Amino acid sequence: MNFLYAAYAATWIIHIAYLGILVRRYQRVSRDIDELKKIK
Amino acid sequence: MKKLFPIFGLLTAVLLSFALYEALVVAPTEQTMGNVQRIFYYHVPSAWTAFLLFFINFVCSIQYLVRRNPAADKVANWTVILIAIATCIAAFVVRPLAEGMEPSSIATTGIIIAGLYFLIKKYFSVERTDALAVVSAEVGVVFCTVVLVTGPLWARPVWGIWWTWDVRLTSTLVLWLIYISYLMLRRFSTSGQTPVLAAALAVFGALDVPLVYFSIWIFRTQHPQPVIGGGGSIDPKMLQVLLINWLAFLAFAALVCWSRYRLEILQRKVEETQALQALEEPGGSR
Amino acid sequence: MSESSNVASRVPSGVTGATLAKDLRLEWRSKDAINSMLFFSLLVVVVFSFSFDPNAEESRQIAGGLVWVAFLFAAVVALNQTWARELRNQVLDAYRVSPAPANSLFLAKALGNFIFVAVLEILMTPLFIMFYKLRALGPAWQLIPVAALGTWALVVNGTFFAAMSLRTRSREIMLPLLLFPVSIPALLAMVNATTAILTGELSARFWIVLLTTYDVVFTVACLLLFELVLNAE
Repeated sequence: MNFLYAAYAATWIIHIAYLGILVRRYQRVSRDIDELKKIK
Repeated sequence: MKKLFPIFGLLTAVLLSFALYEALVVAPTEQTMGNVQRIFYYHVPSAWTAFLLFFINFVCSIQYLVRRNPAADKVANWTVILIAIATCIAAFVVRPLAEGMEPSSIATTGIIIAGLYFLIKKYFSVERTDALAVVSAEVGVVFCTVVLVTGPLWARPVWGIWWTWDVRLTSTLVLWLIYISYLMLRRFSTSGQTPVLAAALAVFGALDVPLVYFSIWIFRTQHPQPVIGGGGSIDPKMLQVLLINWLAFLAFAALVCWSRYRLEILQRKVEETQALQALEEPGGSR
Repeated sequence: MSESSNVASRVPSGVTGATLAKDLRLEWRSKDAINSMLFFSLLVVVVFSFSFDPNAEESRQIAGGLVWVAFLFAAVVALNQTWARELRNQVLDAYRVSPAPANSLFLAKALGNFIFVAVLEILMTPLFIMFYKLRALGPAWQLIPVAALGTWALVVNGTFFAAMSLRTRSREIMLPLLLFPVSIPALLAMVNATTAILTGELSARFWIVLLTTYDVVFTVACLLLFELVLNAE
């Protein structure tokens, strides 16, 4: 029974971790865009 | 287009919650395996989604290699059309079919393959095809990781072992390894032609997978072992829950791919602008 | 190099032969690669013998796997320096500009690597036989096509991926990272064929067929795609 919950939890942990990575990359790109706008 | 994103996100969240409910509560309990079998409703849709994404990557890689050369492009177009026609014919002519396969599903698969190929060709420029390749590879690896984690978690309570070298598990593992190496090549390559190299690697990977499948199949014929998650028919109620979960995960995958794709396009624009600025600078930032 | 360009204007296979001859000649004179690979192979055999010390019966079961893992490591060491000499002297740029087809260069490199690794295998095999008291219970002659096909499988993809890794950071680790996953069916075939022949329990025929298929498929793929890789700058 625990395996069932572990599996479902693992699935979402993996997906949320990846979404977290994407969010961090978005933040970095936004910073880069702001910097480029400042130079312009 | 951008406004659709939150709506689509909400819809996906609703679908996923509904699918979870179906999987945990509505679906009938399996006789021999008990409640643990419900992992099936997450494991199988993730696998199908991962394979679909890897297939999209394969199509994008082929297109990237082929569209730069008009002659090769024409050959590729006709090959795809031929494959679709051959699948349709084979679906109704080849007898007997492998177990669990219906003629309609085989024909549909052939048509979907051709459809995907020409849709991507129409709506994505050559450069954007490459962006799509990166996106589908990354998200595919995420879903494949889910498959490789939920698989052993299912196998252990039911069959007593964490892992076995059977056809499906091993092929999935090799596919995962190939695409991780694909992503590493993308990350570590300093060549200006990284997309070409990566596309070539994807083609190699695609050639490899049937060979892997076949080699493990021979191996298993010589060294028979218990079959994990065997085939055979499935209870119609369970099939319904399975398909609902697949739909939910497909929507989720589309959502993630969409975000990743936008990020990729943004990143490329930023890099281009940064490169241009470095060129324009009078003194140069050496 | 002028010898190659004269030949190139006549017959493409001449370029392959010329490049191959040049590589072999250079290697024979300096014995750079072959010495280090020889010593490496000896070390591998000795370390494996310490780690796995089975009796004659068990050793027949596992020797197939051990031998091929050892050969795989030796092949990677050989492949890593495939293009090193070319890079050092900017020879690749000359090739890109010359009318010689890219395939000839690839074939020459792959054949050269094949010869190097084959020499290594020939030198390592008696050591393995000695340390593991090996004796083939099945048809021993079949080991030769298995070894040849298996080595070619590793070498053809290895040469291709070595070229792909030229412009990457951590070049030396990139090659095995790319090579191992794709080589899995071939490795499975090599190991099982060798075990089948040594134990005499099963037929190696299917595996030899699989290896042949693998070799044909990937040799064609490498030849078709190498031009793209060579031009990737």
